[in-house]
Amino acid sequence: MTAGSDIVLEKVRFDYGSAPMLFDVTLSGGVTTAIIGPSGSGKSTILNLIAGFEIPDSGRILIGGDDVTSLSPAERPVTMVFQDNNLFAHLPVRRNVSIGLDRKIHRGASGSIVDDALERVGLSGYADRKPGMLSGGERQRVALARVLVRRRPVLLLDEPFAALGPGLRGDMLALIRALQQETGMTVAVVTHQPDEAEQFADEFVFVDRRSIAGQGSAAGFAGRRDIPGLQAYMGEKDR
Amino acid sequence: MRLLNRRQTALGIFAGAAVFLFITAIVGSAALALVLTATGSTQSQSPFFDSYIWRVARFTLFQAVASTLLSVIPAIAFARAIARRPEFPGRRLLIQLLAVPLGLPPIVVALGIIEIWGRQGLLNDLLLSLGLAKPVSIYGLSGILLAHVFFNLPLAARLLLARLEEIPSEYWRNAGQLGLTQRQTFLLIEWPQIRGQIPGVAGLVLMLCVTSFTLVLLLGGGPRATTIEVAIYQSLRFDFDPLRAVVLALVQLAMTGALLAVLALVGRPQEEEPVYGRASRRYGRDSVGALLGDYGLIVIGGVFLLSPLLSVTAAGLASDLVRLAGEDIVLRAAVTSLVIGMVAALISVTMAAVLIKARSACLPLMRHSNVATAFRSAVGAISSLILLVPPIVLGAGWFVLLRGHTDIFGLAPVIIVAVNALMALPFVMRVMEPAHASHMARTGRLSASLGLTGARKFLLVDWPGLRTAFFLAAAFAMALSLGDLGAIALFGSQDVITLPYLLLQRMSSYRTDDAAGIALILGLVCLILMIIANSGRKPSAGGQ
Repeated sequence: MTAGSDIVLEKVRFDYGSAPMLFDVTLSGGVTTAIIGPSGSGKSTILNLIAGFEIPDSGRILIGGDDVTSLSPAERPVTMVFQDNNLFAHLPVRRNVSIGLDRKIHRGASGSIVDDALERVGLSGYADRKPGMLSGGERQRVALARVLVRRRPVLLLDEPFAALGPGLRGDMLALIRALQQETGMTVAVVTHQPDEAEQFADEFVFVDRRSIAGQGSAAGFAGRRDIPGLQAYMGEKDR
Repeated sequence: MRLLNRRQTALGIFAGAAVFLFITAIVGSAALALVLTATGSTQSQSPFFDSYIWRVARFTLFQAVASTLLSVIPAIAFARAIARRPEFPGRRLLIQLLAVPLGLPPIVVALGIIEIWGRQGLLNDLLLSLGLAKPVSIYGLSGILLAHVFFNLPLAARLLLARLEEIPSEYWRNAGQLGLTQRQTFLLIEWPQIRGQIPGVAGLVLMLCVTSFTLVLLLGGGPRATTIEVAIYQSLRFDFDPLRAVVLALVQLAMTGALLAVLALVGRPQEEEPVYGRASRRYGRDSVGALLGDYGLIVIGGVFLLSPLLSVTAAGLASDLVRLAGEDIVLRAAVTSLVIGMVAALISVTMAAVLIKARSACLPLMRHSNVATAFRSAVGAISSLILLVPPIVLGAGWFVLLRGHTDIFGLAPVIIVAVNALMALPFVMRVMEPAHASHMARTGRLSASLGLTGARKFLLVDWPGLRTAFFLAAAFAMALSLGDLGAIALFGSQDVITLPYLLLQRMSSYRTDDAAGIALILGLVCLILMIIANSGRKPSAGGQ
């Protein structure tokens, strides 16, 4: 797996029709960045732009130095995991994971690759179950197993564990941390829990009013007073 | 939970039982009359008699199966094409257009189809000008299939489209991200989503085609292409052969009974939810072939659906509407139609309200009483009982029951109102029961704790909360009654004429201009009713 692809949003403008957004930021390669900010600030839009689900009105997006702005989602070196509905409900776990494999490359060998991936996310023996028989946490683990077999250098997570309880969420974050360190991929997580993010993220990006308001190392980021709007956001979180 | 006091509960159940018995008596005595007439007859049955009935029954089933296949399979492709293109101009209109055929009187649609596909129709004009020697005739099997597809393809497409649009948007993102091909997308996402819906949709369409009367009457081609329902009508009104009608009616009963049993097994299609045309965006590369294919399907489907409607409108506008509107008989037919429609709708909605109330009054008693449980499910099954006996069969039963005892045609208005009210009841129940359930969930406890009862509760709480559903159901029932040709065909006479019956008379006597004018008026009234009904539906659904 190619490690450490930087993600660059170069003067990316995007307009939903309500208010224009402007993003100019570099997410460092090979580390985990937590994206925080108030609702509606544009956090998820950043991930959608990187994944190719939204197309910028102007500006460029580079991943690992390559311009991906005009590539379709499938052509980008990216896997994105959503809060829900990551699995096709009628397909067993095994098929949901193996669908991430390139069939031309892995002809015949897919079984063992899938089993390995399931083992790494702690789901050995679950291969033949349907998603409906799994808990919410287990379903997200299956999605992570698919991330592993896809071997894309960038992983985007859009509030992936917001629907889980605190304990389970901690486990999942630890798992992501482990997978990130093992593979060296670039991870970006949109989250509503800055305190929790401090445990597993290396860097923080604060998004406010449809643009990047601040960026820095995770340690002590939440306490910084030089970033406009950040303390208001943190305070609002505490209340 | 007990939300009604003792007196209300008793009253509700008592009224429900009365309506229940009333319906059972009407349907039951018709069925009984049919059976008794058939078994009581000593007339020996000739082999010719048997072979005729056998042939008609076989054709009925055959045309229904063919119509179902021709409706449902293209509907899959059509619904998929619409779902895959969330942003073409007029998408919302097209989706609304899908609901139009079912709300229009079949006789109006039949006229429109003849205008396009008939001997003197647009298509033949085109073919003849291209050098074809003889006009193509659609009367017979092809006409029946064409009309059934026109009615049922949009119905099936709507039901399937509603399921396709429920697919979560993350599925499309995942598909885009995984680079799934069109084929994979269909096999992995779209097909599994609609697969479960198809048996129910096909069953529904099959049921509609087996009991179809008007379309076969107008577009079938004489004895070779006739269904049981039309044969019953001809036996009673032209051949004066009640025994044959009775045997045919019993065959039809057996057929619909078997179909309903199968339908109960495969499950009804999921309740139709309003389709708002908000499809999810698709991601990934689009091929030119897929684009052309989808738009080709959308355009062909749209033209197929629109052309008969437009031709009815054009022909209607070209007719002498002013003279028609001044004609005594037209006015009389219009007034008769409206009165019958309103009375039938009112009775239908009232019966439904009483039955629904009785069902909900049973709820708290069910824990202690098996009788309450049984009564509640019996009342719930009344819709199936009504579907079991199509209007023509019900009419035939009453025809043989009353024949010889009274002036059948003098009783015609009463019988027509009763048949129309009954045949609308299943649809009315389907609109009103969920509305009542959610209304009770919202207000039941509050009303009970405030001690609201009687007129005060009705005026303050129930009427404001339920009137949307009430008007929707009433408009639907009235449109159904206005367009009905089944009961009036059996019982109509010079004294009792409705608009569809008058339309049939003018068509039979080849006064096509008049027919076109009447069809336009009838179609417009029904369309306006459906628009009223649908405009009542949206805010209530959007507000929740």
